[in-house]
Amino acid sequence: MLKYTNEQIAAMIAIQNLHKSYQIGSNSLPVLKGIDFNVKEGEMVSIMGSSGSGKSTLLNIIGILDEADEGSYHLDNIEVKNLNEKIAAKYRNKFLGFIFQSFNLINYKTAVDNVSLPLYYQGVSRKEREERALFYLEKVGLADWSKHLPSELSGGQKQRVAIARALASDPKVLLADEPTGALDTKTSYGVMELLQQINDEGKTLIIVTHEPDIAAMTKRNVELKDGLIIGDTIINQVRPQLHV
Amino acid sequence: MNNFFNRDLWNEIISSLKSNKTRTLVTSFGVFWGIFIMVLLLSAAKGFETGIKHKFQGIATNSLFVWAQRTSMEYEGMSKNRSYFFDNQDAKSIKDKVKGLKIVSPQNNFTTLIQHNLKDGDYTVEGNAPEFLGQKSLKLTQGRFINQQDIDQKRKVAILGWGLIDELFEKGETVIGSYIRIKGVNFKVVGVYKDTSIDGQRNIRAQQNIHIPFNTFSQVFNFGEKVSYFFITADNNQSVTDLKEKIIGLLQKRHKINPKDKRAIGNFDLNEQFEKFNMLFVTLKAVSFFVGLMILLSGVIGISNIMLIVIKERTKEIGIRRALGATPYVVKKQILSESIFLTLLSGMAGVSFASFLLFLVNLKIDSLDPYDSMILNPIVPLPTILIIFIILIIFGLLAGMIPAQKAVKMKPINAIRTE
Ligand SMILES: Nc1ncnc2c1ncn2[C@@H]1O[C@H](COP(=O)(O)OP(=O)(O)OP(=O)(O)O)[C@@H](O)[C@H]1O
Ligand SMILES: [Mg+2]
Repeated sequence: MLKYTNEQIAAMIAIQNLHKSYQIGSNSLPVLKGIDFNVKEGEMVSIMGSSGSGKSTLLNIIGILDEADEGSYHLDNIEVKNLNEKIAAKYRNKFLGFIFQSFNLINYKTAVDNVSLPLYYQGVSRKEREERALFYLEKVGLADWSKHLPSELSGGQKQRVAIARALASDPKVLLADEPTGALDTKTSYGVMELLQQINDEGKTLIIVTHEPDIAAMTKRNVELKDGLIIGDTIINQVRPQLHV
Repeated sequence: MNNFFNRDLWNEIISSLKSNKTRTLVTSFGVFWGIFIMVLLLSAAKGFETGIKHKFQGIATNSLFVWAQRTSMEYEGMSKNRSYFFDNQDAKSIKDKVKGLKIVSPQNNFTTLIQHNLKDGDYTVEGNAPEFLGQKSLKLTQGRFINQQDIDQKRKVAILGWGLIDELFEKGETVIGSYIRIKGVNFKVVGVYKDTSIDGQRNIRAQQNIHIPFNTFSQVFNFGEKVSYFFITADNNQSVTDLKEKIIGLLQKRHKINPKDKRAIGNFDLNEQFEKFNMLFVTLKAVSFFVGLMILLSGVIGISNIMLIVIKERTKEIGIRRALGATPYVVKKQILSESIFLTLLSGMAGVSFASFLLFLVNLKIDSLDPYDSMILNPIVPLPTILIIFIILIIFGLLAGMIPAQKAVKMKPINAIRTE
């Protein structure tokens, strides 16, 4: 029998006592050592911490790209545990949108084809896919670039395409692992402004970052150290001042 | 999505093949070459078969020829080295006692002087039954062959080989209705034939024989009851080779020949020869298929190998696709489709190229005399193409299997992390 606390039911993401270690040869390297972490719908959370503290590991487990060894994880009140790959793929497609540091666009597909890929895996018809992909490209300000290949786009533009792709299947949560890590400050702020706008529209966002100014643009800051959460504070969201 | 012939799937396949043009080309070549060789070998075998069968055309191949020679063993008080003859009773006895025979026709022949007006020459005269026409590939170009009335009434009629006309007749002279003298006896010409058998093509003498009714031959040339040859044809559903022992046994008994005497009764089993040819063609085709298959296999291993490399190169892409919601089934389907598509495409290119080459060869052969060439119309029949098609699909599937498995084995996050 599953028992939920009130808090869990309201949570979009509910994580309890999460453990994860990596096997390196015969040694076991503990990376997450008991994480309790809840995110409510509509939140915009940044995760910070020094290199190797386990930020990406946590995000990947939330993204069902990796599996925890111990502890429980509920995504929108569905328990994520021992999923077979088929169901995992379905959940990723339906519930989650990924934004990576290195964009991870498919280099031989045009912007619009990249954006429509999640819809392709949903079995959406070609025409509708194209329409929806164009809608999101317009949202990120790249309607005119829809027929371009990633190699013809700047870093900021690539990340915008990736954001449009993450939005395409209208997921519940967007997961971004250092989304501005490969961008200069000005471009980074542009991307953050876009992510804020998406959050303003109600989408839940979790952003892993190293940069305090980026973290300051979220609504809540979680601090990770050696596989444990050592700080969790609600902050006043800073809006980027692009033209200063 | 579930449909294999889905346009989106094809777009995915084509774009991924296009993104690796060189490997697509290099990979395809192995299979292309294998199929190309296989088709050429198969069609050469087929052409050889058509060529040889063409030469057997019109002959009742399910036939056995027997003739009397000297005995080589003593038996029941009869000395060895004895000469003997078959007789008319033998024909009746063979037909009565051996079931499954269609025709038993007797023949006597000799070579003698033939005269017509002022021309003459030595030619072979055969006394034959009417059924003989169906056993050899004789085509009547004028008039008729021997009929039953000729036999019953011992008519003095003759059917000439077309090769005789030039030798014995003037240009433009009417042949049918004229008379020739065989050993001084007048025969009326009632027909002209052409021998279309392999022997007939090769040898002008075969076109210069004279056929007369068997009974007439026996009476006029004093052969009495003697018969030199029997031409025996079995029913269509009965191999004459299986009856050979029975027929020869019967003849041995009737003529007091030692059953162990292999030399007393000469025989030629056309059916056996024909079957040997058939076996040869079956073997030839099997060998062609095998050789082609082996080359094809190496091509397929090539495809599998390169697909593996490509999968490795595309590990990250596959990881990204899985993060976006591609199920293992979808990933595998795409890789298998790519592999099948590549195999099929290159294989069919091989078939097309080979067919084109064969088309040119056929043009060349058509301009030759069909009787001169051993190979006729080297084509690959449609069913074979169909089989090749199926084999290609299976091989493409096999080639893609390991890479497809490999593509989904890795955890998505590890796939995304690879560079
Ligand atoms: N697949 C893996 N196998 C073995 N060890 C791993 C693996 N992935 C991560 N690690 C290790 O786990 C620890 C945490 O890694 P993680 O990527 O979560 O850190 P991070 O907080 O994201 O660091 P960074 O800021 O450098 O990205 C590191 O010590 C890393 O070396
Ligand atoms: Mg990291």
